[in-house]
Amino acid sequence: MLYSHDSTDPSGGTIIGDVIVAHDLEKRFEDLVAVDRITFQVREGEVFGFLGPNGAGKTTTMKMIQCTSPKTGGTLEVLDMDVNTHQREIKGHLGVVPQETNLDPDFSAYRNLLVYARYFGIPKREAEQRAEELLAFMQLEEKRDVLIDKLSGGMKRRLIIARALINTPELLILDEPTIGLDPQARHLIWETLRRLQAEGNTLVLTTHYLDEAERLCDRLVIMDHGKILVEGAPADLIREHAGSDVVEVERTEKVIAHLTGLGVKYDLAGGLLQIFTDRPHDVARELIEVCQHEAAVTVRPATLEDVFLRLTGRRLRE
Amino acid sequence: MLDISGRVWSVWRRNWDAFLRTYRVNFIPPFVEPVLYLLALGFGLGTYIEAVDGIPYPVFIAPALVSISVMYSAFFECTYSSFVRMYYQKTFDAIIATPVSIDEVIAGEMLWGATRGMIYAALMLPVLLLFNVVTMPSSLLLIPFAFLAGLLFAGIAMCFTAITPSIDALNYPSFLFITPMFLFSGTFFPLDLLPQPIQYFALAALPLTHVVSINRAITLSAFSPFNLFNLAWIVVVTALFFVLAIRLMKRRLIV
Repeated sequence: MLYSHDSTDPSGGTIIGDVIVAHDLEKRFEDLVAVDRITFQVREGEVFGFLGPNGAGKTTTMKMIQCTSPKTGGTLEVLDMDVNTHQREIKGHLGVVPQETNLDPDFSAYRNLLVYARYFGIPKREAEQRAEELLAFMQLEEKRDVLIDKLSGGMKRRLIIARALINTPELLILDEPTIGLDPQARHLIWETLRRLQAEGNTLVLTTHYLDEAERLCDRLVIMDHGKILVEGAPADLIREHAGSDVVEVERTEKVIAHLTGLGVKYDLAGGLLQIFTDRPHDVARELIEVCQHEAAVTVRPATLEDVFLRLTGRRLRE
Repeated sequence: MLDISGRVWSVWRRNWDAFLRTYRVNFIPPFVEPVLYLLALGFGLGTYIEAVDGIPYPVFIAPALVSISVMYSAFFECTYSSFVRMYYQKTFDAIIATPVSIDEVIAGEMLWGATRGMIYAALMLPVLLLFNVVTMPSSLLLIPFAFLAGLLFAGIAMCFTAITPSIDALNYPSFLFITPMFLFSGTFFPLDLLPQPIQYFALAALPLTHVVSINRAITLSAFSPFNLFNLAWIVVVTALFFVLAIRLMKRRLIV
């Protein structure tokens, strides 16, 4: 918990429990099932990611956790409380970074934090102190009295994170925290999130950026069409679903014929053939011989992006 | 039935703070409007009108000016301004991620709309006193009553905001409901000049009629039993729209 002063537990250690427990969680709209009976647990102190193409059901799941969208089936407990019966209590202990920037344009950065603190019923004196601390924490002191319109995209995202921390939340929910940011701003936010995690916070985030998920998440799920396809640590998922490395070679008749002859499985990725393997150098050597330098062969480590595309396909989602 | 606690005032305070930040612009209309209307209609056009029911014309329209100002300020606050906060600024989404409930957000918006009406009435009163067109001390009642009247128009406005597909569609209630009301609610001429059926229609369906009736009693310090009917009508209709607005907004925002 950020800035909590009772970090030493007199009873000698805490039991690490589940912060979120979802069982057969479902969200059904009139004509579609946005979240289709998913089951997952988020453990205390971990960074848990939701990945998936547009329309996979990530944001809907976030909204059910935040108690702003009622579930239509299954059970969902957040911080050991039922989302149907304890909305105010849950929301009081949550920090939310929404996908859309919804800072209050009528106020300065500092007043945004104060006004938001009031919604939590935080006393004025305490809110003022905390707002100053958070502006410093997010490196926004110089923008203290600047109106929201005058802030850059990265500053707005940082201010939203500061706002989400105003109530010293036990669980931080971030929906696409670095969307649309330049590399500098993204790195600054990643650094912040790692610091928050190091301080023992539980973070749940959704993202489209697979490098971001690979860097930040202890565990993650990949969702598609409202269902969870896989769950695990990024490294485990890569090993399991892509192998250690990928050999990429230009797509030619000769290569296809050769691979088919050998019975080697390959994926099509535009103009490239991808072979997922744990013996990349053997495969590469073989292919170089076949191609006789007519086509380029490259070897690279497999990434989460490979897993993602293999599981969810390459078709565009609108 | 409604999930409303003291947190409703944190929503109200947000709007109050934003209002104060731009107070210079906000304070212009309540001072300028009555002066313009009184000069043009009361003392300009009014010179051709000897008296209405024995009342000098500027004195006759003074309470109507307050009523109209309360109606406009509350109605436009809870239509266009609330819609901007809800739809463009996503302020409501930001607030309901905190322990504040959606019921409190909408109730806070309406209470703020009512407050704005009350602020305008309070600012107009000294101007009307300066023109010597209202009676004291009874006219002090204009201020608290403006809160109730404001809440009435805020509730009606919030219902339109809850069902409007876009900000442009809010022009329909503005022109088809508010503008006729501005003219046909016993504001600039007595209601009994109109044909009987229209009089009944005004009493049944034009809220401003009741507000003008009470405000006129206040500024003239001449109350009648009919004002009790006006008051009862306003209280009942205000309560209905207050609850309906929250219901409709919940249906729109909680999916």
